[in-house]
Amino acid sequence: MIDLPPYPPLDPSNYYLIVVGTGVSESVSAAAASSSGSSVLHLDPNPFYGSHFASLSLPDLTSFLHSNSVSPHPPPPSSPPILPSNSHELISVDLVHRSLYSSVEISSFDSEILEEHSRRFNVDLCGPRVVFCADESINLMLKSGANNYVEFKSIDASFVGDSSGELRNVPDSRAAIFKSKSLTLLEKNLLMKFFKLVQSQLAESDDTTTTTVKISEEDMESPFVDFLAKMRLPPNIKSIILYAIAMLDYDQDNMETCRHLLKTKEGIDRLALYIKSMGRFSNALGALIYPIYGQGELPQAFCRRAAVKGCIYVLRMPITALLLDKETGDYKGVRLASGQEIFSQKLILDPCINVGLESLSSLTDQQNETLRVLVPKAMINKEKIARGICVIRGSVKSDISNALIVYPPKSLFPEQLTAIRVLQLGSGVAVCPADMHVLYFSILCENDDQGIKALLSAMSNLIRLPVPESDSSVENDTCEAKPLLLWRALYVQELVKGEFGGTISSMPSADGSLNYKETVESAVKLYEQIMGSEELFKEEETSLENTTEENEGGVEIEEN
Amino acid sequence: MHGRKRNAALKPEEEAASASEALELRSLQSQFMSNHHQKIYTKEAIQLSAKLLEINPEAYTAWNYRKLAVEYNLDSADPSLVNSILHKELEVVENALKRNLKSYGAWYHRKWVLSKGHCSSLDKELQLLNKYQKLDDDIKKNLVLRNFHLWNYRRFVVELTKTSEQDELQHTTDMINDNFSNYSAWHNRSVLLSSLIAKKADGFTPKETIRREFDYVHNAIFTEEDDQSGWFYYLWLIDQTVKMETSLRASSWPSDGSTIILSGPGCFNGSYSSSKFTTYCSESGSFPLILYFDQAVSGVSSSTVTIDSELKSNEDLVWEPVPEKNSQVSCVWVARLKFDSTEPVKVKVSLGKSREIVSSTGCNLSTPYEFVFTVHIYDTVGESQEGTVSWTDGFDYLDAQSSKDLNSLMALNQLKADTGFEWRKQAIKIEIEQFRKLPDSKFGKLILAKLLMAEETTISDDDAVKGVHYKEILQLYNDLMALDSWHDQYYKDEYSVALLHKVTSSTEFLSRHLFRYRNMNNIVCLRLNNLTLSRIASVEKLLFVQMLDLSHNKLHSAEGLEALQLLCCLNLSNNRIKSFSALHSLRHLKQLRVLDVSHNHIGGKNLVDTTRYLCSLSFPNSGEIGREVPSKYRDAYLVLRDLMKLKQLDIRGNDLISGEEFSSFVSQVVPTLVWLDGHKLAS
Repeated sequence: MIDLPPYPPLDPSNYYLIVVGTGVSESVSAAAASSSGSSVLHLDPNPFYGSHFASLSLPDLTSFLHSNSVSPHPPPPSSPPILPSNSHELISVDLVHRSLYSSVEISSFDSEILEEHSRRFNVDLCGPRVVFCADESINLMLKSGANNYVEFKSIDASFVGDSSGELRNVPDSRAAIFKSKSLTLLEKNLLMKFFKLVQSQLAESDDTTTTTVKISEEDMESPFVDFLAKMRLPPNIKSIILYAIAMLDYDQDNMETCRHLLKTKEGIDRLALYIKSMGRFSNALGALIYPIYGQGELPQAFCRRAAVKGCIYVLRMPITALLLDKETGDYKGVRLASGQEIFSQKLILDPCINVGLESLSSLTDQQNETLRVLVPKAMINKEKIARGICVIRGSVKSDISNALIVYPPKSLFPEQLTAIRVLQLGSGVAVCPADMHVLYFSILCENDDQGIKALLSAMSNLIRLPVPESDSSVENDTCEAKPLLLWRALYVQELVKGEFGGTISSMPSADGSLNYKETVESAVKLYEQIMGSEELFKEEETSLENTTEENEGGVEIEEN
Repeated sequence: MHGRKRNAALKPEEEAASASEALELRSLQSQFMSNHHQKIYTKEAIQLSAKLLEINPEAYTAWNYRKLAVEYNLDSADPSLVNSILHKELEVVENALKRNLKSYGAWYHRKWVLSKGHCSSLDKELQLLNKYQKLDDDIKKNLVLRNFHLWNYRRFVVELTKTSEQDELQHTTDMINDNFSNYSAWHNRSVLLSSLIAKKADGFTPKETIRREFDYVHNAIFTEEDDQSGWFYYLWLIDQTVKMETSLRASSWPSDGSTIILSGPGCFNGSYSSSKFTTYCSESGSFPLILYFDQAVSGVSSSTVTIDSELKSNEDLVWEPVPEKNSQVSCVWVARLKFDSTEPVKVKVSLGKSREIVSSTGCNLSTPYEFVFTVHIYDTVGESQEGTVSWTDGFDYLDAQSSKDLNSLMALNQLKADTGFEWRKQAIKIEIEQFRKLPDSKFGKLILAKLLMAEETTISDDDAVKGVHYKEILQLYNDLMALDSWHDQYYKDEYSVALLHKVTSSTEFLSRHLFRYRNMNNIVCLRLNNLTLSRIASVEKLLFVQMLDLSHNKLHSAEGLEALQLLCCLNLSNNRIKSFSALHSLRHLKQLRVLDVSHNHIGGKNLVDTTRYLCSLSFPNSGEIGREVPSKYRDAYLVLRDLMKLKQLDIRGNDLISGEEFSSFVSQVVPTLVWLDGHKLAS
């Protein structure tokens, strides 16, 4: 953002909706609004699409993280907080940038190689993240037509790890249970019975005539972990179901530290998503898929869809101020970094945009009310997510390129309170050069130190750190099998919730989950509040009707 | 096709499209036929046939035409063109298969092309097959996954390419790992393993192979106990485990070491004291020799069975198979030995020295079978009064001495220790342990019952183990009847088999069911009444039985009883017999004097008599008995006319028969009959 070429003024300068930021939620909103016929202006201060969901090259990722992290020196206070607008009926309120990231630490262990290939990386900011085939995001893509712009590949396998370093296959399907070498015959039997019970529970909702065994109302309200015990599932299988299939974070056996004790009903829903994902696309190997070229493709696909429907896109264009009506305090428009003032009825902002506390004091109550959602609040919920990215040579599991690994709570060290998820991706999904892999790590944590410590522990479990020459002879044999670390990034991200504020709404940050389910659901809910109860992509639905049959495989998953 | 929804009726535009398609097809067909008849094999003509086959892969004539064309072109072609001609054929087949993967003509044509020696592409064939089989999996799932065309063709190519059976075995493993509900893959696996075992391939001894396969199939069974493809393979494995060197087993009456007492006619009527199991009432100076084999055999004759005794005029014994005289194979063979001596005579019967006694599956007796018995004769006084046999009273328990005599009667010629016997026993033991762990499962219980039964009957020759499982087996079948009422009848039958095995497994068990019948010279009676039997089994151990009570059971038919050639009194009352054709096997019991079939359901009106269609009966229309047989008595006639000695018949309490008409019919058919339904017939 150094020397931006001067932009020609935008024309028109009046829109129904202005969206700032091109993250998943913002892009879905822009696409939905433009396909319902509203005029939409979609802005992003960055030179790329995706905001906090972008996939970037290593240098770009590095600079993005640094420029968006809490720096020791606050940025110099901008010019006087309240400037008169060009128009006399309006006042402008300056915006401040809020940093989502902290404890950013990036280290390169083989700069030469990485520089040589630097543009061949597409590294996600929001990793580890995958798409479940039966995910709401996929439905939305099919509904909106955004699926035309993305291709997916299957995640080949998922594993459960522990401190021993052994990775055991997650028996998540009939074939996987059949093949599993780590389960006893009786465990196979119990697990498959449990899956069938879940399936029959799902079938029930479709077809009320069947008289299959049903989980009782009482059981549905009881903690999921208790229900699993009731089904006589041994601890190792319970842990696989809870953390590697239902993808829970908190230790369900520890009442003190568990922030979210899952009910059976919710647990069944989570398993249902997984099970439905397994069979949805005939050419997908399992439940999970990943977009080729990285997660950044997803918001981009929605943006393209929006553009087709008439949405106007301007990248590299930050907004500097909001324009409010002097008298009523109502929102009127924004001032761009170019100085131009653009007007709209509604505004959707990315979670990084706040108003400075100092500017609020001079505003009227009505004006304050309009800006409500942009006022930084003291964080009540201290929950954060620590993320890590590693570029490695080789693979953590031979013969397997794209894999998910879960370390359930306490599996790595006794103080591990939440599950650690690791996603390895290879050149097959065009995120890195051949013979390398990108590994994403994440864990929910209460403070930065706790999170980073857990990430490092998981990394050392899977990856060999480059050691100085002199030490390399020591322990050579034991380390030999592990892949070598080339590059690493560690950072902690705040979890910000989206908020509806009438004319101005703020979208959520990337959340702590593995998929887009909650992100998309909250985006849809917010959008419906902002636009009235209008349904998303309504008109596409009719056009979809004719093509549903061939389109069911519409999310093209390429098979080698 | 299975599980597929029928397409909705065609829309008008679709109908039009299909009509025009049909028109095109017809014109193609007529052009093609004229080419064919005029033997035109030009490029265009051949092209035309390809087009036809793409639309209709079932056009057999077109496939044949192409074969002729290929022959024709190959004769005149440059050798360098051979491959391209044949290659073109493979292409046509592939296109046809796209239209219909199950086209017989197309697959056959492909085989034909390959047999023409177009071998350069053989490796590609397997790749193609893998692609198809993969395709099956993805698109059509189970429907084509088991496409036998693919598997058949695969076997053909494998043979041509000399792909090793080990590689093919790996292929089945891959297919099964993908989705273990694949009968074809499991089946192919069993075929490959049988061959590898037979060839004694390295690492494929029966012992290690069977153990390995048991471990493998357990995964399928335990993962999804309701999936039948795994069970099907499992049952094959059990079979392989209990199957010894394929051989026959035989039993006989008189049995080895026994002493037969022949008495004259009427011996059952008096109060002759020392009746034994072995007392046989001979009326015509002869007695039967009965051979029972555990599989139907052919080749039993005076040349394969040698009789060594002082009895004369027995050189050319006539061995007759039961049940059908003109059939060449049977489990039961009977010959009548003439007896003309007044002194005790020793008789030695040996068979199996020649290899001519052979079962339909090609098994022989592994060792020559021999038995020796002694015959005594007692003359009895002539007939005294004719009484009726009552099944309700007059029975006494057996004394200890008689129980002892049983031992020699029940011996079945057991196969002695086979090599590799130990591991088989061990394998079954391990399986039993394994399946005790699969709780509450229908299939688990059934398999456990079968395994326990296998240990009892086939594997174990250890007397200490004998008999300990029967209680559990019977309980398992009882559970199954409650658990799975749909297959109730099957479980009842298996229960009956197990129960009869139990009863006949030792003299101790058997003697609990043996009684003496006072009113008939203390004849020994086997009473298997009130046991919920639904079928008859273990007859090989009951060849000596002359009086049998099977009343108050659940029998549907008398099948199996034909082996009991000595039977003279039979009680089948209060069973579930629905017609005379279900009693068809009784025709072969030439000694039958007393038959009670009262309180069954014979002659019920609304029943379709399914048993009738199973046996080929000839229907004599005009009476051999002097007048037309009423059609409703035809089945009865076919059974009763052969019971030449029947004196007492009870048929009360059935649906059809009663009254004057029937009794006059019966007395005509069975002239020897004295008592009908407890009333003495007017002579």
